[in-house]
Amino acid sequence: MAAVQDGQLNLEVEKDIKTEITNDGSGNINANSSSPGSTSSGGKSKSPAGSGEDQQTLLAVLQFLKRNKLTESVDILRREAGLSADADDSPVSESAGAGSGGVPSVGADGGDANSLLSRVSIATPVAPPDCGLDSHGGLATPIYFHSSNNCACTVVAASGGEDQPDVNVVLSAYSQQGDPVLYPLYYNGLKKFIESVLDCHRAELSQVFYPLFVHMYLELVYNNHENEAKQFFEKFSGDQECYYEEDLRILSSMSKKEHMKGNETMLDFRTSKFVLRISRDSYQLLKRHLQERQNNQIWNIIQEHLYIDIFDGMPRSKSQIDAMSGSLAGEGKRDANKAKVFYGLLKEPEIEVPLDDEDEEAENEEGKPKKKKPKKDSMGSKSKKQDPNAPQQTRIPLPELKDSDKLDKIMNMKEATKKIRLGPDNLPSICFYSFLNAYQGLTAVDFTDDSSLIAGGFADSTVRVWSVTPKKLRRVKSAADLSNIDKESDDVLERIMDEKTASESKILYGHSGPVYGISFSPDRNYLLSSSEDGTVRLWSLQTFTCLVGYKGHNYPVWDTQFSPYGYYFISGGHDRVARLWATDHYQPLRMFAGHLADITCTLFHPNSNYVATGSADRTIRLWDVLTGNCVRILTGHKGPIHSLAFSPNGKFMASGATDGRVLLWDAFDDVELDDFTAATGHIHLPENSQELLLGTYMTKSTPVIHLHFTRRNLLLAAGAYNP
Amino acid sequence: MAEERRPKQCTVVLPTESMKAMAESIGVGQLQEESCAALSEEVSYRIKEIAQDALKFMHHGKRRKLTTSDIDHALKLKNVEPLYGFQSQEFIPFRFASGGGRELHFYEEKEVDLSDIINTPLPRVPLDVSLKAPKEQQKAESTEPLKVVKPGQEEEGSIQKGQGAISAEAKGKKEGLMRMKPRSTHELSVEQQLYYKEITEACVGSCEAKRAEALQSIATDPGLYQMLPRFSTFISEGVRVNVVQNNLALLIYLMRMVKALMDNPTLYLEKYLHELIPAVVTCIVSKQLCLRPDVDNHWALRDFAARLMAQSCKTFSTTTNNIQSRITKTFTKSWLDEKTQWTTRYGCIAGLSELGPDVIKTLILPRLTVEGARIKAVSEGPVVSNIDKIGADHVQSLLLKHCASVIAKTRPLPDNMEQYRADYGYLGPTLCSHVVKARAQAALQAQQVNRTTLTITQPRPTLTVSQSGIGGSGGSRSPSIIKVPSSLTLMSTRPGTPTQPSPPATKYIVMATSAGASSTQQVLDGSLVITLSSSSGSSVTSTVASATSTLQPLVKLESRAASGLGGSRPLQKYIVVSLPTSASSSLESKSGMLPPSSSSTSPISLEAGMKMDHTGCVPNGTLLPI
Repeated sequence: MAAVQDGQLNLEVEKDIKTEITNDGSGNINANSSSPGSTSSGGKSKSPAGSGEDQQTLLAVLQFLKRNKLTESVDILRREAGLSADADDSPVSESAGAGSGGVPSVGADGGDANSLLSRVSIATPVAPPDCGLDSHGGLATPIYFHSSNNCACTVVAASGGEDQPDVNVVLSAYSQQGDPVLYPLYYNGLKKFIESVLDCHRAELSQVFYPLFVHMYLELVYNNHENEAKQFFEKFSGDQECYYEEDLRILSSMSKKEHMKGNETMLDFRTSKFVLRISRDSYQLLKRHLQERQNNQIWNIIQEHLYIDIFDGMPRSKSQIDAMSGSLAGEGKRDANKAKVFYGLLKEPEIEVPLDDEDEEAENEEGKPKKKKPKKDSMGSKSKKQDPNAPQQTRIPLPELKDSDKLDKIMNMKEATKKIRLGPDNLPSICFYSFLNAYQGLTAVDFTDDSSLIAGGFADSTVRVWSVTPKKLRRVKSAADLSNIDKESDDVLERIMDEKTASESKILYGHSGPVYGISFSPDRNYLLSSSEDGTVRLWSLQTFTCLVGYKGHNYPVWDTQFSPYGYYFISGGHDRVARLWATDHYQPLRMFAGHLADITCTLFHPNSNYVATGSADRTIRLWDVLTGNCVRILTGHKGPIHSLAFSPNGKFMASGATDGRVLLWDAFDDVELDDFTAATGHIHLPENSQELLLGTYMTKSTPVIHLHFTRRNLLLAAGAYNP
Repeated sequence: MAEERRPKQCTVVLPTESMKAMAESIGVGQLQEESCAALSEEVSYRIKEIAQDALKFMHHGKRRKLTTSDIDHALKLKNVEPLYGFQSQEFIPFRFASGGGRELHFYEEKEVDLSDIINTPLPRVPLDVSLKAPKEQQKAESTEPLKVVKPGQEEEGSIQKGQGAISAEAKGKKEGLMRMKPRSTHELSVEQQLYYKEITEACVGSCEAKRAEALQSIATDPGLYQMLPRFSTFISEGVRVNVVQNNLALLIYLMRMVKALMDNPTLYLEKYLHELIPAVVTCIVSKQLCLRPDVDNHWALRDFAARLMAQSCKTFSTTTNNIQSRITKTFTKSWLDEKTQWTTRYGCIAGLSELGPDVIKTLILPRLTVEGARIKAVSEGPVVSNIDKIGADHVQSLLLKHCASVIAKTRPLPDNMEQYRADYGYLGPTLCSHVVKARAQAALQAQQVNRTTLTITQPRPTLTVSQSGIGGSGGSRSPSIIKVPSSLTLMSTRPGTPTQPSPPATKYIVMATSAGASSTQQVLDGSLVITLSSSSGSSVTSTVASATSTLQPLVKLESRAASGLGGSRPLQKYIVVSLPTSASSSLESKSGMLPPSSSSTSPISLEAGMKMDHTGCVPNGTLLPI
């Protein structure tokens, strides 16, 4: 809940600022037109110098000189100022922040909101100590305040802070600095420079293009230079990497300042810094170039909107960069991926396998296995010894095992012994379940772990459960009937079931929108479903009724999943916040905020201590259930992520996205952070991925919606027949 | 380049005319051009925004088609009330109209008569969602050819079987990625397993009586289809093994099993031809089928198998599988090969001849000259192995036998020896005499038939007497079959063999009869074949005669040359089987290679005719001992 409120709060803050901006905008335009000859504006824009007050004075003087056409003195002053600015890279935001400090209400609100946000979202980025940049993000500046002021900041630099009515007039006079006509020139200049540098640096520096392009375009739009923005877009949009096309389309539709209000993509670009990883050499090269050219326009954008993660070492190659880039906000920061992840499995509880059961199996081999069995058990417990990578058993409280769970575990172990070993020579047999007459309405499918039940979520808001074993689905008798049952009898569990309700499938009604996510509880007593109506519902598979409707997401919930130990579950949706729930709380226990676009899929780690979320911002995040922190940001996909899976040992993760690629991640160990050749975090084998393909299976006319390996390694698949 | 690829994305906006039209529709006239432009841009942006959100819903709905409900949901996201009334799943309910220089899209709202709606019958309720899983797992068929004899046939068989398999499998096969899974087995009940065991053991066992019963069971029992795949595999595997081991007797038994399977009207063999045909063809053309080719009568097996082949061609050849033409091609190809051995050559010719007089006429007659030269080279040439000589003899007699009947029917009368020589080369004169004989025989038969009024009247009965037995040789010869598809079966056992006690005195098996009319004439018109089997006292026995038959029933008598006329032949078995009709009539007296029998031919036929008088009085089905 808190995050949503935050969001609204922030929006209001933003609105306040924007109204001010618009009020001021007209004046600005006039100023612009009054001085059309400001061609040297690029030079003049190197405003930030010295401390806030010094800077203001300096700017005022510059302005004055310019008004009086004293270009010589301007030049001299500028040179001097430029030097000082280089020497002391005092962040503009600070000055801007100081300036906006004059609006106490805005600042305070923003600060509050941000402190809230920063608590739930990513750890505050800390620039590496050797980093030449005084990182903006490293300041205590509240993120939200910063983000809502991002544009303002740029404008402070580029257009002279026109949007800050309380900032002195001297600054506002610098509105001409961002002469729209020059934007293409700046961009082109940088492009030419980057094209001319050594090959080894070019790939790294090219990363700058896209964020620069976006921010320059947004600045143009923001300052009402609609036509220039359009031209700028048309001229340079073709240069961008093809995987940004989706974003560019959204961007292109934004041609007016008004459009920026409430646009999610806009928000993404302004609330988050685009993260680039660049080697020190390349960075120095870029910095020197920009300083030589006095190209403060671009320099400012880089400082304001980009987070440049500088590392010592060889510049990365194009393919290395491509493997990591593609997300909405650049790559994950190094710091963000430093936290330790306990990816090992939890110790299995010791279950005394009932003796009579043992005998049953032992009979086959006449006593001999009896000796073997204890041995095997000890072997089993050896493997159950605490994995060094596993979290503490009690790191998060887990529900206690019930008797039925223990029985299930025993079944599971028995079945596991019959598991077929799969390999290239021994591909799994596949059983495909087709949903007939689904009229394109099937949206989600789930199997129980023992493959006895199948649930389907449908666009017509229904959830249907099928039994695929001869055992039919029965409902528990009504309370009145239950009171008549002899509670002492041995088969009481059988007696409570109502034979009259036995059927192969049951329909669960309750949602008021398409059901997008569905998940069985591990004990097969419950079913979760998430829907467009913003709720997650918990259904009982004993009574086939809805037990709880969890309300928290106000927007469609795209996915939900039970923890492998039951009790907890995770949900994520359009509101970009993943929520961790416990079945007996109607409010979430944790909220994981940080994604920049819809959360499309959610998944529990097999040890239940972590949660992975895939998003339309093309990143995967791993969250710690205990602390609520994001412990991994995995970038590399070029399209919205739509499916996730952990390996049973918890060490690897696979993800599939609309870019048509499946990436395999081995990112939970301590990644060797300085060795960037190995630190892409995912295994990417484009050359021999064809060799990895073991088999292709065609369905007739059925899209595959869900896959599931049974305990014996038979592959089950499901989809709706779509003639 | 990149710019060319991408459409100009930022320029697409609604035309200002639309704004004007919309404004007018809500009563705002005279909208200024500027406001129109501003509005259209705004509206375009909002529409794009909504479309983008709607796409999200489409993706999560696992669809590729955007529906109106997606747009509703997207509107809901923006806190805008959805557009009601656009719930149709498939079509956009706009209509287009133009006129007076205006073009517009409008929503068509027809006036509907309620009574119409009430009175129309309700449409069918759509089916409810249901879950379906395949009954069986998909299976792949083994494509391993059993024999290299006919690769084409193999292929076809597997394709036919593979049709059931899911296309995925086929694709996997093509890509070579899929490992073939073992053939899934169909369970047989315990009774069926027992039956299968008994039958197969009896079929290849040593007891002739049991074998006869087993074969009869195969040929008549309904409900064997479950065991058919097993029988088929049994036969093909058996042939494979026994060809290598040159076990003539077992090959013969297996062919008789094929015959029995074919005779069973409840079995449909087409699915198993890919196993059966190679086995049969192997028995026709294999270089060696027995341990001592100079002594053993493997020719009979070839003849028999060739007849089986002809029958299956007739039954199963379709335009899609083209069995007959492919078989013909195979035979012709190996026949034309110079290096082909006499045994295979014999098999090819036999196989072709059985396919009918048309095939003989077009394929065999033209090659008579060449073949004659070859035979001449062997029989008159200086140094030849005994085996070659026997082979050449057999080929010659085979050619004469089949060609004579065809020529007798097709060639105009004056049978001039010289003319024949000119036409057919080395074989000409012999052929001529055969043709003459054939004509005579035909005439004679016609007469006889006229006399034997009883059973076999209307069509002329053709009596074929064949005698074989190569010389008086070897007491150690194994009993051989005589089973003639489409005509009759002669069985002879050698009483002298200790392991096979001679069958009991008489046994009649009536296997099939056609229409059960009381009149014997009707009964026997073409559908009865009488098989007489005699067991002779002496060591030499048996064999085959074949005759392509006609509408007439054929009777074959087996007799031993020496005692054939002796009157007291102990005829022991009569098997009456149904006779498929065939188009040609031929009269065959005897195989030319047996000098002693030629003289006795007509008496035997005569006698047979008379016997027919005896037996003929039995109405349908039963047969009295002679």
